[in-house]
Amino acid sequence: MEIKKTSLNKLHQSNNAKFVEFAGYEMPIQYSKGIIEEHKFTRSNSGIFDVSHMGQLFIYGDESLTEELEKIFPLDLKNLKQNCSKYSFLMNEDAGIYDDLIITKIEEGYLIILNAACKDKDFDILSNLLGSKFKMNLDNNRSLIAIQGPKSVEILNSIINGVDQLNFMTGNWFDSHNQKLFVTRSGYTGEDGFEISISNDKAEKFVENLIEKGAQLIGLGARDTLRLEAGLCLYGHELDINKTPVEANLRWAISKSRLSNGGFIGSKKIMNQMQDGASQIRVGIKPEGRLIAREKTKIFNDTDKQIGEITSGTFGPSVNGPIAMGYVDKEFSKVDTKILLEVRGKKHPANICTLPFYKKNYVKGVN
Amino acid sequence: MSEVKFSKEHEWITLEGDVATIGITKHATEMLGDIVFAELPEKGSNVEKDGTAGVVESTKAASDVYTPVSGEVVDTNQSIVDDPAKINEDPEGGAWFFKLKIKDTSELDTLMNKEEYDKFAKETSS
Repeated sequence: MEIKKTSLNKLHQSNNAKFVEFAGYEMPIQYSKGIIEEHKFTRSNSGIFDVSHMGQLFIYGDESLTEELEKIFPLDLKNLKQNCSKYSFLMNEDAGIYDDLIITKIEEGYLIILNAACKDKDFDILSNLLGSKFKMNLDNNRSLIAIQGPKSVEILNSIINGVDQLNFMTGNWFDSHNQKLFVTRSGYTGEDGFEISISNDKAEKFVENLIEKGAQLIGLGARDTLRLEAGLCLYGHELDINKTPVEANLRWAISKSRLSNGGFIGSKKIMNQMQDGASQIRVGIKPEGRLIAREKTKIFNDTDKQIGEITSGTFGPSVNGPIAMGYVDKEFSKVDTKILLEVRGKKHPANICTLPFYKKNYVKGVN
Repeated sequence: MSEVKFSKEHEWITLEGDVATIGITKHATEMLGDIVFAELPEKGSNVEKDGTAGVVESTKAASDVYTPVSGEVVDTNQSIVDDPAKINEDPEGGAWFFKLKIKDTSELDTLMNKEEYDKFAKETSS
C-alpha cells in the first residue's frame, strides 16, 4: 500500500524533517534540532504538531443521536453542553478498548477525534452500531494542527482572535483564513494548547503563519516524550483490545451518572471491575539511576516473580531522567513499591510512582 | 598515536603502543539522535572482536556498541555515563568509550581509514 502524506508533508521536508512511517502515513519523527530541544521548546514556548493523520469524524444528528451514542460511550452526553469535549473510549462488550478518543458536542452533532491507526475500523464499528440513520463523515479534506506550550495562546490568538476565551476541553468554530476553523483548547503534551481543524488547502499557509509568530514544528518523537511525562496513554502501548479503562486507571473518564444504570457497551464488565477492582493496573514507574526500560520490559518483585510489563519507557527531557508506564498486579501498584526491571538480562531497581511525571499547565477556566 | 581507523558498526579506534581507545563516530551520533544513556564494559573484563562492549540509548531506541578489536578493558570513560549528552557534543574526542590492551594489532588491518569510512557512511545512510 502506498504511504499516505498529510497536507504539511512539503513543509516538513523543507524544515529538514526525518520521516518515519506511522499508521500508514509518512510523518516527521524530528526536525534538525532533535527530540530533546523540541521537547523543551514546547514546554517553554510553543510547538506545532501535525496530527492530520488522526481521524476527524463528524456525525450529524439531534437528540436521537445523543441517545444512540449514550448506548456506545460511557458518557453523560445528555448533560454535555454544546462545544464541550470529553475524553472517552470505543469498547467491545468485554470493555476491551478499540480506541481512545475525544468527543465534542457541536451544533450539528458530534465531532470525534480518533487515532490514525484505528480510525477506519472505528468508522466501520460506529457505522454498524448507528445504522444509516445519521450522516457520518470521516473527513479527509481537513487537516488537524496542534499548538502546545505556554506561548501558544498568545500566538494563536494573534491569528484567530478570540481563542483565548476558550476554556480547557471546550471548542468552537472561528472565522479565519476565509473559512470556518474548529478550534478546541486541548492537546496531549501536558501543556496549555489548542487543536485546529482546517481544510487541507489552507493548512500549510496557516502553519507558516504560526512559525512567523514564533512557534516551531515539533515531531512525533517529542510528542511521545511529552505525553509520557504528562502520564497520558498512547493507543497500542498502554491501551489495546485486551485492556479495560478500569485496568488503565482511567476511571475518571467514565461519567459517574452512567455507572448506576449502565446501558453502554462494556458497562457490565466496567461495573464489576469498579466494584471488585482489576487484577492488573496501569502505573507510573521511575527506574533508579539513568537506566531506560523500554516497552515489553518485564517487571519482577523481590522474590523473582514476574508481576507485570512496561508499556512505554523513555528518557524524560524535562524530568531529566528515565520514566516509564506499565501494568503490574494490583498488590504491587501502590506508590513507592520497589520493583525490578529486567533489561539486557540484568534486574535493575525501580519504584512505582504517581502520575504525571511532569506537572500539567492546563488553563482551567478563563471565563 | 596511530591513524584513526573505523569499523562498519560505526566505531572509531586509535592505537598508542598496545592500548587502543575506542568510541562511536559522529555519523553514528547523528543517526542515533540525542543520547541519554551509556553503558560501558567492566574494567578488567575481556572483549572479543565484533562482540558487544556497551550500549547507547537515544530518546528513541537502544543500540549496542561493538568493539572492533579484542583485548582487556583497562579504562572506561565514566564522564559519558554521568553525562551522556557529551557523546553528541564530542563523539570523536572527549567522549571516548573504553581503552583496551590489545594482543593482536593486525586486527586493525581490516578496518577502514577515514576516507573509506566517510564513503561507507554516506552509501549506507542514503
